[in-house]
Amino acid sequence: MTNKNSDGLAPGDLSQAEMVRLLAIVGRDRNADAFEAVFRFYAPRIRTFMAVKTQDKQAAEELMQETMTAVWNKAAQFDPARGNVSAWIYTIARNIRIDAYRRRRPEIDVNDPAFVPDDVAGADQDFQQLQEAQLLRGAMATLPDEQVDVLRRAFFDEESHSTIARDLGVPLGTVKSRIRLAFAKLRSALDGQL
Amino acid sequence: MSIKHHISDDFLIDYASGSLAEGWSLAVASHLALCPECRRRLAIMEGAAGALLDKAEQNGSEDQAWSRFKARTADIRVEEVKPGQAASRPATAVLPEPLRSYVGGDLADLKWRALGRGAYQILIDTKDKETQVRLLRIPAGKPVPEHTHEGRELTLVLAGSFRDGDDLFARGDLEEADGDLLHTPTATEGEDCICLAVTEAPLKFSSWIVRLVQPILKI
Repeated sequence: MTNKNSDGLAPGDLSQAEMVRLLAIVGRDRNADAFEAVFRFYAPRIRTFMAVKTQDKQAAEELMQETMTAVWNKAAQFDPARGNVSAWIYTIARNIRIDAYRRRRPEIDVNDPAFVPDDVAGADQDFQQLQEAQLLRGAMATLPDEQVDVLRRAFFDEESHSTIARDLGVPLGTVKSRIRLAFAKLRSALDGQL
Repeated sequence: MSIKHHISDDFLIDYASGSLAEGWSLAVASHLALCPECRRRLAIMEGAAGALLDKAEQNGSEDQAWSRFKARTADIRVEEVKPGQAASRPATAVLPEPLRSYVGGDLADLKWRALGRGAYQILIDTKDKETQVRLLRIPAGKPVPEHTHEGRELTLVLAGSFRDGDDLFARGDLEEADGDLLHTPTATEGEDCICLAVTEAPLKFSSWIVRLVQPILKI
């Protein structure tokens, strides 16, 4: 055993495969013991995420609890074939933060007749998604700090590109090209595999 | 049918983070409904956000929070997910969700307003003050009516097609234009072109002297 697991997390942190397993148990049996590990991993991180927008500690705590309650309630709906656990929990936290600020984010409806479905067949998709999540993490680790920093400001701080540019003291075009370069790299890392 | 003109990373990352205003988001989400490739790009962005969440700073202590959580969920009985309102869905539709709900129906239900020269529009109401959202119907072979706009513009084709310079935009294609770009999209012959157009909201007069004379001049 090395001191880092395949997700590049420190020992004691949960791997994505373990998260998928725990969520499946929660979804099936509503097992609080299985959820405790998920909670203890994500609660302190989601509190940080929520605290970015509100300086009020209690409000951040409440939004964190709301997020973890939604994760608990929706565990049975988590589909390993549709993505990885941390991405799924991020989207739940994001939507709760959007609601808290009374904004609207129109979304697709996959059951709509006009919806154009993916054309890939689903053989071994669970495995593939887990593998993709790991590839993505590996590729994230190779991004230059300046690109990761811009992504963090966009996803966590919800800053506009012009605000990011002003804060970093760089031209707007530089922010945009860092975003483009980062995702071009992540996409090619995944597509090289498929 | 394959889509050739996609949403840029610029818009997509703001949609992924939730910071994109409702009007722009409506165009992005309606494009996503028609474009599996961009849904995959979105999934990669959300995957990146998830990876950042895993590495986020940890804040606070968990014992108390976990006790609170357990006490809170002990009382909640999770309700079975009821099989949705699939009955109210039509068998086919031209306008994808979320757009169809915003305009209150599919093409046949729309109440168009004439813009002149055979073109029609429907204004779509959103809660954001940053954008102006409309459905446009351009007669086959005719140019899109003069529309001045400041800043960015997104145009999503839903039926028919239009040409802008050398580029052809058909169903699902999204054109992203900038305020300083002079362009004259023209509907292709043979079929009216229906598209969703989102532009930056017209600028308000900000000078106090203009605000003062505004009511007098009725501008």
